[in-house]
Amino acid sequence: MFVVIRRIATCLLLCAALTSTAVAKEADAPIQTLLQSHGAEIKKSSRKSIGPAIDALAASGTPDAQTVLERWQAKEMWFHKDSGLFVFGQEADGGDLALFDVAGGGEIGTAPKKDYKQLKPNSGIRGMIAAALVQFQLNAPDPATRAIALDAIERDAEVSHLAALRASIGPERDLTLKARKERIERLLTIRFAEDDAERIAAIRGFSGDLSVDLRAALNPLVQTKLEVATDLPADAKVVRVGKELAHDEAYALLVERDLAPPRTDPQTLRETLIANIEGEEVAGVKVATLDTDDARAAVYATLAASGNAQPLVTDADVTGALERYVFFEVFTGAPVPVALAAQAALHDIEAKLALSQTVDLALDGLSLASIYFLAAIGLAITFGVMGVINMAHGEFIMMGAYTGYVVQLFVPDYTLSILLAIPLAFAVTFGAGVAMERLVIRWLYHRPLETLLATFGVSIALQQLAKNIFGTQARPLTAPGWLDGSLVFNDVIAISYIRIAIFVLAMIFLAVFLFVMNRTRLGLEVRAVTQNPRMASSMGINPDRINMLTFGFGSGIAGIAGVAIGLYAKVTSEMGADYIVQSFMTVVVGGVGNIWGTLLGATLVGTLQKGIEWLNPSNTLAAQTYMILFIILFIQFRPRGIIALKGRAAEA
Amino acid sequence: MAAIALSASRRSFVMRYPSVVIFIGVLALFTLGVTILAEGFGIGVISTSFVKTLGKTLCLCLVALAMDLVWGYCGILSLGHMAFFGIGGYAIGMWLMYARTEIIVRESLAAAPLPPTPQEISDGIAGQIFGVVGASEFPPIWAFAHSLPLQLAAVVLVPGLIALVFGWLAFRSRVTGVYLSILTQAMTLALSLYLFQNDSGLRGNNGLSGLQNLPGLSDVPQSTISILFFWASALALGLGYVICAWMVSGKFGSVIRAIRDDEARVRFLGYSVEAYKLFIFTFTAVIAGIAGALYYPQAGIINPAEIAPIASIYLAVWVAIGGRGRLYGAVIGAAFVSLLSTWFTGGQAPDINLGFYTVQWVDWWTILLGLSFVAVTLFAPRGIGGLFDLISERRHPDRNGASLGPDPGALREKEADQ
Repeated sequence: MFVVIRRIATCLLLCAALTSTAVAKEADAPIQTLLQSHGAEIKKSSRKSIGPAIDALAASGTPDAQTVLERWQAKEMWFHKDSGLFVFGQEADGGDLALFDVAGGGEIGTAPKKDYKQLKPNSGIRGMIAAALVQFQLNAPDPATRAIALDAIERDAEVSHLAALRASIGPERDLTLKARKERIERLLTIRFAEDDAERIAAIRGFSGDLSVDLRAALNPLVQTKLEVATDLPADAKVVRVGKELAHDEAYALLVERDLAPPRTDPQTLRETLIANIEGEEVAGVKVATLDTDDARAAVYATLAASGNAQPLVTDADVTGALERYVFFEVFTGAPVPVALAAQAALHDIEAKLALSQTVDLALDGLSLASIYFLAAIGLAITFGVMGVINMAHGEFIMMGAYTGYVVQLFVPDYTLSILLAIPLAFAVTFGAGVAMERLVIRWLYHRPLETLLATFGVSIALQQLAKNIFGTQARPLTAPGWLDGSLVFNDVIAISYIRIAIFVLAMIFLAVFLFVMNRTRLGLEVRAVTQNPRMASSMGINPDRINMLTFGFGSGIAGIAGVAIGLYAKVTSEMGADYIVQSFMTVVVGGVGNIWGTLLGATLVGTLQKGIEWLNPSNTLAAQTYMILFIILFIQFRPRGIIALKGRAAEA
Repeated sequence: MAAIALSASRRSFVMRYPSVVIFIGVLALFTLGVTILAEGFGIGVISTSFVKTLGKTLCLCLVALAMDLVWGYCGILSLGHMAFFGIGGYAIGMWLMYARTEIIVRESLAAAPLPPTPQEISDGIAGQIFGVVGASEFPPIWAFAHSLPLQLAAVVLVPGLIALVFGWLAFRSRVTGVYLSILTQAMTLALSLYLFQNDSGLRGNNGLSGLQNLPGLSDVPQSTISILFFWASALALGLGYVICAWMVSGKFGSVIRAIRDDEARVRFLGYSVEAYKLFIFTFTAVIAGIAGALYYPQAGIINPAEIAPIASIYLAVWVAIGGRGRLYGAVIGAAFVSLLSTWFTGGQAPDINLGFYTVQWVDWWTILLGLSFVAVTLFAPRGIGGLFDLISERRHPDRNGASLGPDPGALREKEADQ
């Protein structure tokens, strides 16, 4: 009956509209009818009452409804002031309005703007419209649009999405999107479904998943709240005061619930006493004597007894109050069975997460180890093979890094510049090493302590020289674009490509070292000279030349390491000094004179440092401190390192 | 022959080592001269800040003396003695900071209507001192900061204990030579990294400051305090010199020099090399701690950067340039290089215009120092002190009446003199 009257009314209005101006050709098109049936609410445009109108449009599911929602959201819906008919409008020249049909979107013509009123949905309503639109987008023909709709749901899920999402899974043809939809559907089920059994099933369905969004969905479910009562209700978990709950917190809860009087804190005690000072006395006690907590409490008690202050709450009062009540936790995020299922799932995730974190930590340790190995491998040659202490080794690393920086100033292409920088850094530091060997070190081969001192002098001078040339601020050494980003295994395990590159470089260095030392003429001569220089020279080897080349080789490798370390960290004049102690530690821990020892030493130092950092994540300085202490203790047990040379070579 | 040997040993320590007398005389004259010229009690020709610089230099000479004893005489190139120096400074700095803050807090609380409780005073001091690192409670390490005697004991005991434990661990596992140097450097690095943290309990990289203000002596002008500290530093240096000279003069000195020259041989002769080394290492650490405790009240501020390994390396540089293995060499090196450093880095040295480039000494001094250090190591291992040999070698050596040759019946010194 009502509907019929409404129809007639619409027809009448329509006639009026037709007479006045150009209007919708099909005024009784289903979409117009639908809009008119909620006309009053739409025109009122209030967030509180608009819900049924949007729901009705969404429920109709027609393409027209989608267009209406979209253009409404874009503030392109107008209605005629007299007839109330809805149209799409676009402002044209001369205060006119270009009109389009709500059904089908065909052009109707133009009309003066003053006859129409624009619908201006506020942001709240636009949000509701957007939520309603999601269901249309979920079924859109274009897969990209569907993916965008899923992104929107993942970002900001709502109860209303669940039904729309479920409805859209069936018709989905794209397999990837279908899998994604199913996954999101289960996540939404966990969060919003009414039925407990359904939610529990969804939670169980996720077993083995470690993703962040699942944890984000589960965590609110297991939220608990501390409650207090005289008796313990059923299925609540008791919290024991003094064990899981501190006395002060428990008492604070009692105070908050008005179950106990607030404790007299020193501040109020003090203020009360000050308020009650009469002349030189408080309650008959000299002010000057109130310089201990006990004296103050005694006077306060007197004040309280005479009614001039709140009664003093003693420790005994607190204990008594706490004994009268029982503290327990209740789940606030979800009904108990769901919360328990979520808790079990989270426990499961945590266990798996711990495993993943261990793997991630090991990877971190490995990449730190490869950095230490890179820094130390040059030393393994100069110190390990030749027995020369080069304290300027860190400065050779720095020189390599600055060479990379200078190359990048001239060659803007990052890939090319790095490829150029590596041989150049080797050349520069090789030259520096040879010069240092010729000028300084060769005079001091039999005085190791003096070598240490002289190279300290060189190190100080080089560091200051770099400061004078390049300034004190850090200089960037930019990695090529293809080294950006990281290799992701799952939400926990990830390793950046630059670290992988450093690891690979370390392995290449190891291979180069082994090849040069064991397979080349130079390596043979180096080994001969280090074992017995006089015998070597009587075999026709020139020890001077060999020493020079070996030292240059070790220094050159330090230069390449500098380029790699510069990519990973900033280039400063002090970067070498940061690595020198760790590098020597690496070589000493590993065992002098053995490259495998250096490798083991770097692995030990790197993984241990990461391990200590994991125990105390806020503090990398402390990790380094403990690392060094560990090394000092380690040398107690293996003074010659992990792999110790035996026999005569060890004595040399 | 026995009589001659006996008479030689009966000759007084001073007579046998005239350099000690000369050194003490020069030091006394220097102290007197500075006192007359300073503002505190004299005519005020040299400024208070320069008196402080001189006083600090004396402390650096003292720590250089310790370095010379451990390195020049015993052959242990320790790169940790500036860390002991810094620990001494921290130990005295804790008391200075606590006591001075306590006076300020007591004054501010005295204005309150109620007399303060001990807890309130303690909270007030802690809030003042640790506000910069976001803490408001005293860490356990400050348990004795209220007591001057206990902190003075810490100046001696903490460096001594650290050196004892570290030295025991290192020497017993026969870590020697460059390995020991690297290990001590690592220890120094660990200590400075530890102190750099905010929760180390020693105010992180802010360090301790305001140490030049002595608690209870706020009416005494800095010019007087500076000269008092100068005297204390001179006295400590003089005492330290005499004690070190006495130590290296006798049999003990011979043993530690022998350890430097050939450790294995000394061990085979039945000496407990480790005990000797441990004693020297610990003893010099204590001297370094005392020197630091005198230095930092004059410097006014101490922070972990002062403990960083580079400081200990510079200490080795001073001793090497001055000439190791002779006590006055260490003192000359420390005084010469540190005063020259102050002059160059203070911007007082005139720039050198080369036409195309102006050498600014603030930037280039470190390079000059590094290179001259290399040059000294290569060409003049005896350092500045070696210059004195040019004089003393002109006189023929005093062999205390012993034979001139190893064979029985060789010419005796007295006979040769005739």
